[in-house]
Amino acid sequence: MYNDKVVDHFTNPRNVGEMPEADIIGEAGSFKCGDTMKIYLKIEQDRITGVKFQTFGCGAAIASSSMLTEMVKGKTLEEAQRVTNEDVALELGGLPPLKMHCSNLAADALKDAIAKYRIKQSSSRA
Amino acid sequence: MQKRQVYLDHGATSPLRKEALEAMLPFLQERYGNPSSLHSPGRKVRTAIERAREETALALGAEPEEIIFTSGGTEANNIAIRGAAQARRGKGHLLTSSVEHHAVLDVCRELAGEGFEVTLLPVDRYGLVSPETVARALKPETFLISVMTANNEVGTVEPVAEIGALARERGILFHTDAVQAVGQLPVDVREMKVDLLSLSAHKFNGPKGVGALYVRRDTPLTPLYSGGGQERQLRPGTENVPGIIGLARALTLAVEELPEKSRRLKALRDRLIEGLLAMGDAVLNGHPSSRLPGNVNVSFNYIEGEALLLGLDLEGVAASSGSACTSGSLEPSHVLMAMGLGLQLARGSLRLTLGRGNSDGCVDYVLAVLAPLVDRLRKMSALYPGKQS
Ligand SMILES: Cc1ncc(COP(=O)(O)O)c(C=O)c1O
Ligand code: FES
Repeated sequence: MYNDKVVDHFTNPRNVGEMPEADIIGEAGSFKCGDTMKIYLKIEQDRITGVKFQTFGCGAAIASSSMLTEMVKGKTLEEAQRVTNEDVALELGGLPPLKMHCSNLAADALKDAIAKYRIKQSSSRA
Repeated sequence: MQKRQVYLDHGATSPLRKEALEAMLPFLQERYGNPSSLHSPGRKVRTAIERAREETALALGAEPEEIIFTSGGTEANNIAIRGAAQARRGKGHLLTSSVEHHAVLDVCRELAGEGFEVTLLPVDRYGLVSPETVARALKPETFLISVMTANNEVGTVEPVAEIGALARERGILFHTDAVQAVGQLPVDVREMKVDLLSLSAHKFNGPKGVGALYVRRDTPLTPLYSGGGQERQLRPGTENVPGIIGLARALTLAVEELPEKSRRLKALRDRLIEGLLAMGDAVLNGHPSSRLPGNVNVSFNYIEGEALLLGLDLEGVAASSGSACTSGSLEPSHVLMAMGLGLQLARGSLRLTLGRGNSDGCVDYVLAVLAPLVDRLRKMSALYPGKQS
């Protein structure tokens, strides 16, 4: 049901685990299925220098999480923010239609992290 | 460890056994007559079908004229429930359980939409329907009770004989979906006091696309289809001859082998359950003892079921799950939810169903590949609080 690339990211997920030194943690849950993802970012001068994730979810959710972390590593927050769930699915070589919503989890967790980071920045500047 | 192929999804379907295939082959080749024909090739096939009906009846403690061959469990359930409802002059009330297969639940839902009153009986945390709950839900207008013999997801064996007794006392029809039970448990229609019982051949090493409905003598049923007079008009259409022959052969053998098979599967089942629970943070779904000999259903906390299935499949293990996304819908299993499991545990369920081909080696292999998989998925889970020591 999944292509080889998805299976690879499921079997050998990149950047998986906790990051105690993270600057910010983003979270997202799917309303559709109740699955959950956490993303940990290390940020230096508005650039993502470190990223890790943890996911409770199906195979597609795990693979999307893994792929997203690969895609945003080294990007500026500005660039990272523009990554959509379709981009993640495309980079994975496609997901079954029923599993497209699973890629939202990763994109939403990232957006949550960036939004939280901006709030944190502006309040520390004030 | 060498990779193997281990099939642990006998609840979904089971492989056709050799004896059934051999019994079927002549009817796929030289014995092609239509059993309704008057000529000799037709009459010979008629004789074979009637023998198959006698064998099927014998295996269930029924009379041959009480057996209707169908296209499977789904059709048998439809003919029974809808047929009983339509045989009534007016509407009325029917009872079923909240853990039935969709082939029962959806028929009842449709009948509710057509003006019948339908009660969905609750179950306890093991998935059991209590006869007292049934008795309390009865109304003067109740004409049908449908409760499955054994549950397909969690393997819980329901107290059908007691429910049958209270239905019989009150003159209410009793149907049971015995698709998962036949060939796994002793099934006797008189002891169970059922009026209607559904079974399906592919669950006991028979062919797919054929089943049977036991219809107790004088049970009022309106046929769902119009056509020829086959199967006492309840299932008109030229018979699936090879299928019927295969069903009868597989059923006869399954019943003969039942005590031996049941003992063997129970031992494998209990060892499997023990090994799975030993992985920690896991719970057994379904009844601990009133349970199908081949059914194992365990929920792993912090893990999603589809991820488990995918990981197992990559190791050559075929299993199933109550997880939402495996069945195509996003809702988690209605059975696990009715049993009161939380959403997370319902999503983390794994069903392993044993059958004839399984051995101790299969159990060892599954446990060996599952332990590191569970560990890996837990460690990457956003919900895992870390190992409790
Ligand atoms: C309890 C139960 N009822 C009915 C069915 C449907 O049987 P069939 O596949 O023969 O239509 C199944 C099979 O999945 C089942 O497990
Ligand atoms: S089904 Fe929920 S993330 Fe895939």
